[in-house]
Parts: sequence; structure tokens; C-alpha cells
Amino acid sequence: MKFAFYPGCSLESSAKEYKESTLLAAESLGLELEEIPDWICCGSTPAHMSDELLGIALPAYSLLLAKQMDTDGVLVTCASCYSRLKAANHAILNDGTMKKKVAEALGEEYDGGVPVRHMLELTSDAIAQPGFDEKITRKLSGLKVASYYGCLLVRPPEITGFDDPEDPQSLDRLVAALGAEPVDWRYKVECCGAALAFSQVDIVRKLSGEILQDAKDTEADVVIVACPLCHSNLDLRQRNIEKYLGIDLEVPVLYFTQLLGLAFGYSAAELGLGKHEINPVPVLRKRGINI
Amino acid sequence: MARIGVFICWCGSNIASTVDVKAVAEAAADFPGVAHSVEYKYMCSDPGQTLIRQAIKEKQLTGLVVAACSPRMHEPTFRRAALESGMNPYLVEMANIREHCSWVHEDRAEATTKALETVRMLVEKVRRNTPLEEIRVPVTKRALVIGGGVAGIQAGLDIISAGIPVTVVERTPSIGGHMSQLDETFPTLDCSQCILTPKMVELSQSPLTTIYTYSEIEEVTGYVGNFKVKIRQKAKTVDHVKCTGCGICVEKCPAKVPSEFECGLADRKAIYVPFPQAIPNKPVIDRPNCIYFAKGKCGVCKKICPAEAIDYDVEDTIVEEEVGAIVVATGYDLIDRALYGEYGYGKIADVVDGLQFERMLSASGPTGGKLIKPSTGETPKTVVFVQCVGSRDDSKGIPYCSRICCMYTAKHAMLFKHKVKDGKAYIFYIDVRAGGKGYEEFVKRAVDEDRVVYLRGRVSRIFEKNGTVFVKGSDTISGQQVEIRADLVVLATAVAASDGARQLAQKLRIGFDQHGFLTEAHPKLRPVETNTPGVYLAGTCQAPKDIPDTVSQASAAASKVLGLLSSDELVREPLVAHVSESVCISCFACEDTCPYGAIERVEWKDPETGLTTEIARVNPGICEGCGACIPVCRPKAVDLRGFSEEQIYSEINALSDMFKVKR
Amino acid sequence: MKSTSVADSTKTASTQFLERVEEQSGQKVRICYQCGKCSAGCPVGYAMDLLPNQVMRLVQLGLKDEVLSCATIWLCASCETCATRCPREIEIVKVMDVLRQKSRREGYPSPAREVPVFVSAFINNLKRFGRLYEAGLVGVYNLLSGHITKDMDKAPAMLLKRKIALMPPRVKGMGKVRKIMKNIEEMRQQ
Repeated sequence: MKFAFYPGCSLESSAKEYKESTLLAAESLGLELEEIPDWICCGSTPAHMSDELLGIALPAYSLLLAKQMDTDGVLVTCASCYSRLKAANHAILNDGTMKKKVAEALGEEYDGGVPVRHMLELTSDAIAQPGFDEKITRKLSGLKVASYYGCLLVRPPEITGFDDPEDPQSLDRLVAALGAEPVDWRYKVECCGAALAFSQVDIVRKLSGEILQDAKDTEADVVIVACPLCHSNLDLRQRNIEKYLGIDLEVPVLYFTQLLGLAFGYSAAELGLGKHEINPVPVLRKRGINI
Repeated sequence: MARIGVFICWCGSNIASTVDVKAVAEAAADFPGVAHSVEYKYMCSDPGQTLIRQAIKEKQLTGLVVAACSPRMHEPTFRRAALESGMNPYLVEMANIREHCSWVHEDRAEATTKALETVRMLVEKVRRNTPLEEIRVPVTKRALVIGGGVAGIQAGLDIISAGIPVTVVERTPSIGGHMSQLDETFPTLDCSQCILTPKMVELSQSPLTTIYTYSEIEEVTGYVGNFKVKIRQKAKTVDHVKCTGCGICVEKCPAKVPSEFECGLADRKAIYVPFPQAIPNKPVIDRPNCIYFAKGKCGVCKKICPAEAIDYDVEDTIVEEEVGAIVVATGYDLIDRALYGEYGYGKIADVVDGLQFERMLSASGPTGGKLIKPSTGETPKTVVFVQCVGSRDDSKGIPYCSRICCMYTAKHAMLFKHKVKDGKAYIFYIDVRAGGKGYEEFVKRAVDEDRVVYLRGRVSRIFEKNGTVFVKGSDTISGQQVEIRADLVVLATAVAASDGARQLAQKLRIGFDQHGFLTEAHPKLRPVETNTPGVYLAGTCQAPKDIPDTVSQASAAASKVLGLLSSDELVREPLVAHVSESVCISCFACEDTCPYGAIERVEWKDPETGLTTEIARVNPGICEGCGACIPVCRPKAVDLRGFSEEQIYSEINALSDMFKVKR
Repeated sequence: MKSTSVADSTKTASTQFLERVEEQSGQKVRICYQCGKCSAGCPVGYAMDLLPNQVMRLVQLGLKDEVLSCATIWLCASCETCATRCPREIEIVKVMDVLRQKSRREGYPSPAREVPVFVSAFINNLKRFGRLYEAGLVGVYNLLSGHITKDMDKAPAMLLKRKIALMPPRVKGMGKVRKIMKNIEEMRQQ
């Protein structure tokens, strides 16, 4: 399978290790990725907040670029990009007026037909394939993992259409397939406040703090995420959250692709584990994981 | 030569304000075959009917067209009037110039034209009407009740009270239904079992009653007054004639499964009696959960039974019954737990549904009437009740109100406070619907005397952390988000149609709505009848309702049954299909098409050739006159009495003639 | 207590407001039956001046000024929790989007002005670079919002780990992207 890779803005800067680990994991899973040349930002929340058409046309621009490539669809790694790209397809497919407006804005018609897949979806497909277990070369047993899905990966279900919006399981199944231990916790679909990350920092601190606190209370060793915005709030901001809320957290947050990469035997350096604010290496070693 | 009388009704101003009735009467007088045409203010009134009766005699009329309201309203009135003057009632037709004309149009000229066209069409039809005789069929004086809950029990009791025998078919091993699971009932707080069990006993002990438990309806054929029913008796594996009900088998059975009666709060054995007051009070073996049936080993019950009543080899049996009327009382189920992921329904032990809470309240329940947190067995101090869980929720596919939850939730909160004096009860609601007798007072009592706190808002999410259940709701009156840390949460889950109701409806050829509730013939005026004559509805199979309404409807259904079975013969309208024997080519396409199973195959000897062939015949007792057989009959052997092809084409031709005139 | 009655002579109810919001959002705001489930589950509800169900109510009543000057429309994080659980299947985020757009275009003051300032900075950043230039965005936003030191808490950590790109992204075809964004602006003004 070959995909047109849409990394999204964060993977070019604050989430470089997500990009690196995604490329490594994809290679191990036999997925061929070719980055969409000159893709542009999906517009994220600010675009649809300011103009509905802008929120659809920006992702449609990149989808049109992807359409010219000979692939099985677009692969995204960010939950917000995923949501916006899928929302664009959904709107163009279901709303004739919007389709026309998008064509007028872009100066070119887009039919809404390029499939958009999140790396997690493809990983979920892969773990069900025969031979997956043979790829696992590093034992993760004993590692307790809280899977954090956040908002836009599973909501609204009529747009994303994969996994249960209230109690999703795809990351948990992945954790189990890698031999680690998924923990059942309460905050897996609560919002981290990403849309307010710059403008309402106190709200983000509270929301993200509660998520991390619940992971800690459930005695998870690490939290895994499938979105760079979630990661930025939960990891990069964690020291600041501790100070703001007067609590002690120290919860390492990994991208699920990093966990996948660990199981496939890549080194901590290759997976960019050193780029995290909360160093995950001590707890991984404590659980007997050989890195 | 036809001499038709046309009678145009004003219906006060209902018709006359939109239709120029005088002009219609005048124009109709010139229609071919019309001998008399008049208008009058109220045709259905006594003077109006007298006008018709006199005209029939004086003008020697051969047919009537009454242009007035819908035939659903007054067709019987005018047909009776005709009969009183010696005219065959099937020579009378109504032209609907009210519902189909004056009520739905504003332009007077156009409405008048339409009324005239309608009258013209009916005149052409009546010119071709023939006298018809009513169909008389014999009646089987026995009733079938499907479902042994309170609705079925009440209907059964009312029917036997008139001396008519009744057969009750119940799917589970005992009659009693959901009412036998309840603790105390609103608004009087009387004990549910205490008021139900005397009825169960009375019904089961009557010599007029036959009860088939652990049984389901296999097939229904026949028609009103003469149904033939095949009942599948699932293999009980226990011979109830030999069994003494000693219970030793139940005691010794090693296989445990969650009890349906206790809503999963306790286990039962694979050989079991669902509850202590069950009728019959003899066990059945639940084969899929029995070790002997799964593995071929065990056999403890057979070894131990002193009456030698266990027989592993018995199979399902089919019994046939003939009945004249059927009451459907199949009750309800609660919604699928998977619908409410956000409430942890089915996942969090301390989140229960209303029926589970009833079992906890019940002195004969799994906790002996003690309220507990299922996770720990401790007494809950803070209980949150959530209403409208599923009900009034389009996103879950249930737009309707379940009708009983407001009341039973008030009752639950009240009973909780009676048992746990220092407890706190919170109810999340959207609207409190307490329209029944004594209901509003009951809800007030929960608030005023028992200090139940009502919070006006829907709950968004329920989760559990370290044994505490967090309920995230809102109170829209104060504009606050509300988070309550509860020991126990009780969900007022929506009432859903009983599993299998749709399939049963298909067997009975009765309607059901998109949610699986069975459809009454008219929501206001025929609430217990179905569109299939002789089949009646009682209780929650028709729509969610409480015990008082269920019992009322059951008694109403019984009275309909008794009305039907009170005469020796049934009189039916003769508007049925019939087959011209010599034209039928024996393709039996009509048989495949008929939704009522009214087509029979009969041997017929051609009087001209002397040859005998198998041809189709319409059983007039079953035929509903729907006409579905007519277009599929290639040689045009089938026709409908009262609505023949000739009659309908003449109406259409009359209409097209009028259009030609207009152009 | 603040009165929000439609009958209150100090309030002006706009009869077209509901229709406009419904048309632009594609959502039937009138079918909201005020169950409060959106408010119950809103993660930001604690910080809002109006709860989401109250916003919906004010739109139903046509109380335009009240709703377009509230903080809630800006504090909504677009997390879709409400829409996922709404029993009437209203996409509340789409309604919020329309309210935010109206509030900004009609010049209503925002009690949470940092949010619209950030949104503008974000869109301008896109117009310039096609992709997000995080360092540039943070700088411009802090300057405009007056929060010079805001996010400095995060920035050192990011820089230390060499996470944030100091150079802006380079995308070919920016002329076309700018033209598209201009088209959209023009289409909106029509």
C-alpha cells in the first residue's frame, strides 16, 4: 500500500519525533509513504472558526494535490488534520452548494473522493494481519499504558467514522498487541484544550492537568497519543501544569508510533524519545524494557 | 333504466362555505341516470335521512349518491336509511366533498367544480352497483392471549369471566411478566406481587384457562372468528405431569447462569423456576446452559429426581388451537445497553437500570430488599437517578417518551429515602410528566416530604474512579454544571418493543411502527383493535404505558373479544374478491400476492367440458377486499365486489369526460 | 439578576437572527429542547459566562447582542463532545462557528479577546507562509494580545529540545494559495 503523506504543520517543527517515528513504523509495516509536495496547512480550528468555506477549501487544496499522486489515499498523523481533511471530504460529498463554492475558490473542482486515513487506522489494520507478531523484537510486557484519544480522532463520529466515540479501543488493542498492558481510565476522550493552546492557557492547564492526573491515578507508566497537539499540551506543558495546579505529575507521554517503533526494535535516539519534556526512558527501563 | 338520487349535504358551513352546493345539485340533476337531485343543510340529521327515505319511495330510486363527508363517518347511516326504505344498502355510495374537497381547498369555483366531478364519478359507479348480501361466518368461541404479563392476565380474566375459554401463550417459563419483578407501584405504593399474584392464581386455576408457558406462536392461519394457531411448546425437559415441584433438582444443579428475573443481579441454575411465586411452579431446563446438553455429562437432576420427571430426549412439540379472537400482549424490553457508552451502562457495576433497582428494592429479590452498591455490597448513601436514558433521544433512534420513567423514578427516589434515612437522592430530568390520577401529588410528595432533589438537565457522562461514580450533569434552571459523586446511579432506560414483536406481527398480519410497537387501527377511536379483524392489542406491545393504562387496555381488548364472540355468526361486508371459475388459468399468482392468505385451491368441474381442474377460490371470510390479487391476475378472472374494474373505469371515464367538457 | 426576557423592554429581539444562524450553520437551532446535555459535558463550561444550552436558547429567542458579546463563543474549544451526545443531533460547533464569525464581523467586543486575536494571527500566518510558522505565530500573537511573556513557559523547553523551527516554512505555489484565500474573502463579502 502506498499513501500520500500529509504530515501537517506540527510534524515539521514541534512534533518532529512524531514524523520520524511514523516514517520508521510505516516502513516496518510495509507502508510506502510519499509526502504530498507543497501541501498547505489544514487550517485547523482557527480556519473553521473564522469562515466555513476557508475551513473546507484549505484541506481541499492539499487533497487535490494528493489526487494527482498515484496512491491508495492520504495518510495523516494529526487528529486535527484528520478531522479537517475528513470534514472537507464529507462537506463536498454531501453539500452540493459547498462543492461549488470550493470549486470557485480553488479555481478547480474537487470531488471529495480521496480517502483519508489516520496512521492509527492503518496500524489497527496491520495488527490484525498475519505475521505482525514476528515484527516485534522488543518486549514491552509489564508496561502500563494509558491510551489517550482526545477529541477529533473519534468525534464527531459521522465525520471520523472509526472507533467508538465514548470508549474507543484501537490504541488499547495496539498496546495489547505489542505485549504491553492497556489500562482502563476515564479521560481517554476528554478534551486537552488544543484549540485554546495559545489564547486561554489557564483552561488548557486545567484540562490537560486533569487528564494527566487521571493517568497517574490509574498508575499508568506512560500515556500514548495520536496527535501532536495533544502531545504538546500533555508533555511540553507538563512542568508548567504541575506548577500551576501545584501537583506532581511526571507522566511521560509518547506518540503511539514511538511505542510501535520500540516494539519493532528501534533505538531511543531513532525514535526521538529524548525530545520529550518528560523523559520516558527511566520508567521504560524500570519496567525491564531494554533500551 | 337507472333512477339515481343525488343528495348534496352542506354540513352546515363545512361544505357550503367553500362549495356552491346549490349549483352542484342543479348540475347533477342533468347527469345521465339521475332522477332526483337536492341539497340540504345536514343530510345525516333525522330530517335529512327522512328526505332520503321519502325520495327512495316517491321517486322509485334505484341507487343513491350522498355527497357529504368521508364514508368512514356516515356511510353506515345512509346505508341504513336506504335499507329502511327497502333498498339494498350496497346501492348507496358517498362522494366525499368535505375531507377531500371543501376542507382542503380555498377557491370556491374550483372546489365547486371538484365537488361536481366527484359526484359525477360516483353517479357513474352507482349506475353499475349491484345488490350485495352480507357474508355470514361461524365463530369459534375461544380466545387466544399471547403474552402472560399483567396485560395478558387481565385480558384472560375478563374473557373467562364471561364464560369464554381462553388459551394463554407465554414465552418464559412462568406467567407474571415484568410486573412480577416490581417492588412497590406508583402512586399508591402497594406491593406489586401482592396485587398481581391473586390474578395469576385466579387465571391459572380456572377450568376455562389453558396456559402454555415456555411456548411461542409458530403460525397463525384463518380469519376473524376462525383462527387456527400453531403453538411451539419448547422442550421443558421436565415432565410437568410427573414433577411434584419439590425443587431438589434445582438445589443440586451445578450450572449457574445470570438470572433474567433478577436482571443479572443474582444467578439461577440451568434447571430453574424463575421466581418463587411462578406459575407453573415447576422447573424447566435451559438447554444452552445445561452441562448435560453441552457436554453429555452430568445428569444430576435426572439421577436425583424422585418423580422421574426428567427426560433429556423430549423435543419441542407443536399444538394446534382454534380460536375466534386473539389478544396480543407481548409487553416490552429495555433498550440495548450498548446505546449508552457515555453512561457506562453495562460496564460500571454501580450503574444499574430501573428494573435492577426494583429487584434490589424487592423483599424477595437478590438482596432481600436491602439496597446495595453492587460493587461492594455497602449501603449507598448518595444515589443519582437519571431520566430519559434513551427516551426522547433522536440520536439513539428513540424519539418517543417512555411514559413511565418520571413516575417510577420519583418512586425509586422515595423508596430509597425510606430505606436509607440519611441518604441523598438526586434526579436529573428534562420535564416531569405526571399526568395520571394522583401522579402530580406523588411527585410533589417526593420533593416536599422525602426531600428528593430534582436537577433540570440531562447527564452527559458517567464514569467510575476508585469505587465512586462521577455523574456529570447540568441544572439548566440555575445555569450550572453539576458533578455528583454517587454511590449508585439508576438509569431510567427507555422502554423498547419486545424482542420478536415484529416477527409475531408478521405472523398475525398486523402492523407495527418503526420502533416495533404494534399499530392500533385508529389512535383515538379504535385504540385496541388492529387492522386485522379479530386481533386486538393490550399493554406495552402497542406503546409504552403504565400498569393502570395497561390494565384498562387489557379490559378494553377483552370487551372487544367478548363483543365479537357473543354472536354465533359474524357478519362481514361483502366487498370481497371473487374468481370466475371458467376464466381462472390456475397460475395461482393471486395466492402468492394475497397478504391475508384468503386464496384457496379447490377442485372445479367445468360444466361445459366436464373436466376437473384445480383453480383459485377466494375465502370470503378471510378476504379483506384490498384488491392486491386483481392486477396480478393475467386472465382477469378475479374481480372485487363493490369495486369492480368496470365500476372503477366508469368513474375514471366520467372524470375524463368532464375534463374534455372543460377544455 | 440579569434579565434575558424577550418581553424585557431593554432587550431587542431580532426575529431574523435565528433564521440567519440556522441558514449559515446548516443547523436547526429551533429544535433544541434545552435538555442541557451539551452544558453537562462541556469541558470548558466551568469558565464560560453562558453555558452552551443558554447560547442556543438566546439564539432561539433572537437575543443577538447578548449572544454575540458573550465569552462562551470564544471559549468553546470545538472539541465536539456536545455534538456527539446531542439527542437532537445539532452540530453545536457549527453554530458556535457562525456566532464567532458574526461577532467578529459585526464588531462585538469579546470578553475573551485573546481568542479572536489568535485566530486572526493564525490566519495571517497561513496567508504568508501556507503552513504554520510556529515561532512567528507565537511572536505576533503575543505582541497583538499584549501577553509578551505568554507561552514563554513553553518556549524555552521547545527551543532546548530544538523542537521549534526558527526558520519559516517554504511552500511552492504560495501565489495560488494567497489567491484562493483572497477569493474566499471576496465570496464572503458578496
